[in-house]
Amino acid sequence: MSRLQEKPAAKWSRKDLLELREMSAEEILLILDTARSFREVTTRAVKKVPALRGKTVAILFSEPSTRTRISFELAAKRLSADIISVQTAQSSLVKGESLHDTARNIEAMRADILVVRHGASGVPHQLARVVSCSIVNGGDGSHEHPTQALLDLFTIREHIGHIEGLKVSIIGDIAHSRVARSNIAGMTKLGAKVTVCGPPTLIPRGIEQQGVDVTYDVHEAIEDADVIYVLRLQLERQDEGLFPSIREYAATFGINSAKMQRAKPTALVMHPGPINRGIELSPDVADGSHSVILEQVTNGIAVRMACLYLIAGVKAGE
Amino acid sequence: MRILIKGGHVVDPANKIDELRDVLIQDGRIVKVQKNIKEAVDEIINASGKHVFPGLVDVHTHLRQPGQEGKETIESGSRAAAKGGFTSVCCMPNTKPVIDERSLVQMIYAEAERVGLIKVFPFGAVTKNLEGKLLSEIGELKDAGVVALSDDGRPVYSSKVMRHALEYAKMFDLRISDHCQDLDLSEGAVMHEGVVSTELGLKGMPAASETVMVARDIELAEMTGGKLHIAHASCAGSIWQVREAKARGVDVTCEVCPHHFSLSHEAVRNYDPCTKMYPPLRTQEDIIAIKEGLADGTVDCIATDHAPHTQWEKEMEYNVAPCGIIGLETAFSLSLKELVHTKILTLSQLIDKMSSAPAKIFALPAGSLSEGVDADVALVDLESEWTVKEEEIHSKSKNTPFMGMTLPGVIEMTLCRGKIVYRK
Repeated sequence: MSRLQEKPAAKWSRKDLLELREMSAEEILLILDTARSFREVTTRAVKKVPALRGKTVAILFSEPSTRTRISFELAAKRLSADIISVQTAQSSLVKGESLHDTARNIEAMRADILVVRHGASGVPHQLARVVSCSIVNGGDGSHEHPTQALLDLFTIREHIGHIEGLKVSIIGDIAHSRVARSNIAGMTKLGAKVTVCGPPTLIPRGIEQQGVDVTYDVHEAIEDADVIYVLRLQLERQDEGLFPSIREYAATFGINSAKMQRAKPTALVMHPGPINRGIELSPDVADGSHSVILEQVTNGIAVRMACLYLIAGVKAGE
Repeated sequence: MRILIKGGHVVDPANKIDELRDVLIQDGRIVKVQKNIKEAVDEIINASGKHVFPGLVDVHTHLRQPGQEGKETIESGSRAAAKGGFTSVCCMPNTKPVIDERSLVQMIYAEAERVGLIKVFPFGAVTKNLEGKLLSEIGELKDAGVVALSDDGRPVYSSKVMRHALEYAKMFDLRISDHCQDLDLSEGAVMHEGVVSTELGLKGMPAASETVMVARDIELAEMTGGKLHIAHASCAGSIWQVREAKARGVDVTCEVCPHHFSLSHEAVRNYDPCTKMYPPLRTQEDIIAIKEGLADGTVDCIATDHAPHTQWEKEMEYNVAPCGIIGLETAFSLSLKELVHTKILTLSQLIDKMSSAPAKIFALPAGSLSEGVDADVALVDLESEWTVKEEEIHSKSKNTPFMGMTLPGVIEMTLCRGKIVYRK
């Protein structure tokens, strides 16, 4: 047990779950600890507890996403909550109504928790200022995807037992990745040493000031990393001139078994999905012995149950 | 009609006055500014304990009329200006339709006269419909009364067009105010590119998106001998370049906005679209450079870039909300707080940057309390404070990041042409 993990768990006091950057290590650990007990629930024959009975969880996704939406829906269902799932247009401009109008409508539906996925950074923050129900950030623009990072941390902890002192390399498009931002915040808070790796055009300015190292050498990033976290490449970035071709990207930064030769035998390979097979990750590595990618998906439900449970104001142990 | 403003501390940098004086006004004009005037008058305004300045001059205001009257009108904008101590404002031509022909210039003058509050001096578009391709009929615009040219809201993007604009406008002695922004480097960007944009996951525009255009404009002004004005300079690199250009004799002037020296990009952290403007809020180093530029004269004047938008537009996602904040009502107090209270400028230097200097750059009949000029006067209580409250804002729009903030310096009264156009 590391020093951080020995600390007494914090009490949950937040109305919203917006980003990991504003959260303390203790709060993050409380979620992870709570998730552990929910993971046990998901292995039972009857995978349901009554914790959120009578509560309404609205799931508002303005971006296409299957796995995160299903994961949240399943988490809410296993807590016995009622669920409204709303797909909305991409932005206020398309709808012709402001974000505050949307918020007022949700308010009128009397939801207790609103899970928001939006293509624009900051939307969960903006909504949290105007609605009284709780907001859970299901991923906003290039900002944060806190529940993804929490399930990643949970998965690492299940395998290695701790986060503190680990060397984690995050490889790919750091600039546009909300997964990278949340993971950097969560991992550094829990005492991991994070290195980001990608072409300079995909490394945002001033990222070092978030306490990470930067390398453009993927071999260096793989060597002696405990966790190799590979990001999904948004293929349309090539059209923005951020790198010359998918082919060159795959050759330079794609993780394949040849590059994995240098990795520690115990290293975990992780990916937030969906994978571009053969681009950022070769199939044999994605499905290979280092990979914990499907476990991440499974753990996602338990972690999201923990988030909803804590946010709903139900005290742990009740 | 004779009015005597009695017992105030007059600061009139154009006439190097900075002491207790009385101001006598007759039929809308300044008659004299002297100590202890004892003459029969119709009205005495007691200015004891107050400061008396020439009415402030804003060379960068968006009045939104014609076309976007939901945001602001010449009337509501004039009220906001008067409340902020301004008696002259230059309105930008990026209205709908664009101010690129005689009748629209005439309409603005006529409407400002009908409103009858402050003076409005329109800028004309550099290019037709702000398209950046064909020069607008600059001669006709000048004849109709434009005081300068600008495609504000966007840069004159083609270097060739900018070159010709600088050359052609020389014939009419018109200065070109350019919005310096490399549209490729700033494509899709909504704030300054740096540590904060990286943390927030918002697309940033580097300072270079401004400085490369400032550099181009200075080169073209030097080559053509045209008159260039750098609008809303926001970063250190722009200030340095203007300083060097002035030193080698280029006819370049430069304005900065109060929000750019009052707030840094840290203010964007709450994702409130009221912190979104072009150019964006920059870094602490940029703020220091702007203040140095004001202190050493590199920066000629302070302008508001008053850019009203409706409430619902500013309730959008940060990346789609429109750019700009209102500024007429907060400009003086912010400048007093950030520049005079911190001893960057003396009070007299500040009044120069907000009245006589901008008037001089654009040859406006404003900015002094000289005998015989229109009695455009602001009466200010420097010792009092006020709080920015939505219900007290005179602009139609309320988009300001300074909402709720308490600021020093209260405009007590504004007179334009000797008529009281605002009284607290």
